Amino acid sequence: MIVDILTGAIRSGTSVMFATQGELISERAGVINLGTEGSMLAGAFGGFAVTVWTGNPWLGALAGGMGGLMLSLIHAFLVLTCHANQLATGLTLMFLGIGLTSFFGRDFVSEQIVGFNPVPIPLLSEIPFIGKILFQHDPLTYISFLLVPLLWFLLFRTRVGVILRATGEREEVLHANGLNPLLIRYAAVMAGGFLAGLGGAQLSIAYTHSWVENMVQGRGIVAVALVIFASWKPIRAMVGAYLFGAAQAMQLAIQQMGLPISPYFMFMAPYVITLVALYVVEYKQRSQIPEGLGKVFTGVSSG
Amino acid sequence: MKWMRSMLLLLMVMMVVVAGCSQPGAEEEEAATETESEASTEAAAEGAIGTGGTAVGFIFVGAKDDFGYNQAAYIGSQGVEEAFPDLKMLRVENVPETAEAERVMEQMIQDGAKIIFPTSYGHLDPALNVAKRHPDVAFFHQGGLKNAENLGTYFGTIYEPVYLAGIAAGKMTKSNKLGFIVSVPIPQVLLNVNAFQRGAQSVNPDVTTTVVFTGSWCDPGQQATAANSLIDGGADVLTQHQDCTKTIIETAERRGALTVGYHADASSLAPKGWIVGSVWNWPALYVDMVKTASEGNFKASKYDGKYRGTLSDNIVLSTGFGAEVPADVQALVEEKKQAIIAGTLNPFTGPVKDQSGAVRIEDGVNPTVDQLESTDYLVEGVTGSIPQ
Repeated sequence: MIVDILTGAIRSGTSVMFATQGELISERAGVINLGTEGSMLAGAFGGFAVTVWTGNPWLGALAGGMGGLMLSLIHAFLVLTCHANQLATGLTLMFLGIGLTSFFGRDFVSEQIVGFNPVPIPLLSEIPFIGKILFQHDPLTYISFLLVPLLWFLLFRTRVGVILRATGEREEVLHANGLNPLLIRYAAVMAGGFLAGLGGAQLSIAYTHSWVENMVQGRGIVAVALVIFASWKPIRAMVGAYLFGAAQAMQLAIQQMGLPISPYFMFMAPYVITLVALYVVEYKQRSQIPEGLGKVFTGVSSG
Repeated sequence: MKWMRSMLLLLMVMMVVVAGCSQPGAEEEEAATETESEASTEAAAEGAIGTGGTAVGFIFVGAKDDFGYNQAAYIGSQGVEEAFPDLKMLRVENVPETAEAERVMEQMIQDGAKIIFPTSYGHLDPALNVAKRHPDVAFFHQGGLKNAENLGTYFGTIYEPVYLAGIAAGKMTKSNKLGFIVSVPIPQVLLNVNAFQRGAQSVNPDVTTTVVFTGSWCDPGQQATAANSLIDGGADVLTQHQDCTKTIIETAERRGALTVGYHADASSLAPKGWIVGSVWNWPALYVDMVKTASEGNFKASKYDGKYRGTLSDNIVLSTGFGAEVPADVQALVEEKKQAIIAGTLNPFTGPVKDQSGAVRIEDGVNPTVDQLESTDYLVEGVTGSIPQ
């Protein structure tokens, strides 16, 4: 039972986890991207379409990531170059993503793909308890396992990470050091879009093997919320995403036990549990919001 | 272009003037332009509901090829298209169950539709609003429980083939656990779950059906989680009441579970695990409804109210069996099917007990379709609870 819930947590949390890490990179560099939902859809659709055409899910995953990247590039251009409002632009891109993918996706609803399938890792998957939870997943899920420590290392143990974080905190300092905050932000937003797209692709070509209109169903929005509640920390964001997945799996498991709890309450549970849990963590350990978040660098030092 | 725009403007002004002058006069105008079909001209002169249109409108809540509810309805609309080559088909997919649906229907009426099919359960209230504003337009709502002067509802007793599928599932299961993935607890959904369990139980007293609500008609991510979760919990046959059926069927197939389909024949998705499915046969019914309304006979017909087609009407059907289904199971299902058609078998002949053991249908009583469509309980043997 507990094994099932934890396995389910990873199964349904992975797509959100990719998007959460992507949004985290973007916000660390100072750009909020509410278009994550749109990027996930672009990834889900792009990944599915390319997998249909080529029969190769790896190309599909790459295309999914690129789809998310392209959409976030529009965000970066509008926000960073044209100085548009970040929140409004993000929302617009979310709807653009829904519209574009619905329009081009019409003919793909009934397509069948082979896609990614669970690959049990030899030996490790035999370990009782942990083996089933962690080592019987699809390849993209394994990649997501590696992503988090990698991202943590990149952000907090390398020069690149320092520069990225500085961009989101004090861009003037960066500028004074001869670095271009604009370019770094572009790179961060695009990397974020790529990961969101990869998350969408995981949903379509690895988890469900399906494409339907608007199939992301708010997971991108959840990802944005998770980043804030995880106070911009990769490990905590990962826990948050799995918590969301666990709550989803748990509400289904509780229904199956036949407990007299209203499913309507259970539908709400993933969101409530995730938010409450992360809020408690955040409350205990107040952490700083990147100071430059939401601001736009104009190249002129205001100080 | 400029010329066309001024013509359009002129036309619009004329329409407003004509409509403003007098209602009957306007309808004669329309009738005069409609000379192709004698029947419609004649009827339009009487101003009957649903006559005089140049188009038929269909709105779908999902995509036309979802291996499910919307695909079935779309195939129905193709039947109308073939039968009435002179009528323009106005189809809009992915219409949400909100005021947006009203806007789409208003547009269809402007584009010449006098007959509209709002095909999703949640399109009923928007359709009732539009119907009030346009008393001359006929509405055929799929599955609704409310009516209006010019809005009739139609549906089928799909629980009959679902009961038959339950018999096959009850015979085929090895774990005696069946899984049923549903959206929200509306009567039709509960009725199908109950029919499935009763069918299975009639041939296998040890069988139980576990029902899970996803809260959505089509969220593949949640469907996959639900399907995996049911299989992890020991279910070896999965069925569903969702609009898009592909994800659940494919997930079951990949994990080696058996599948009972719903809405549309998806046996191609599950070559190994397909048992049987319950599907709609809309084309014949849609064509007859359009014919009835466009000839001005809506009011007197059986479609002016609540029409429910049955297995014996050929409105609901069972699909073919999967390759793995043994001949004796097929024969048993066929036998029960003939009994339902002959009227000697009713899936809900009492006693029917709910989950708490309370008797809901008394011993020996055959409930009416109306009674069944107000089902608000799950029967004994079903695990899961209804939102209160």
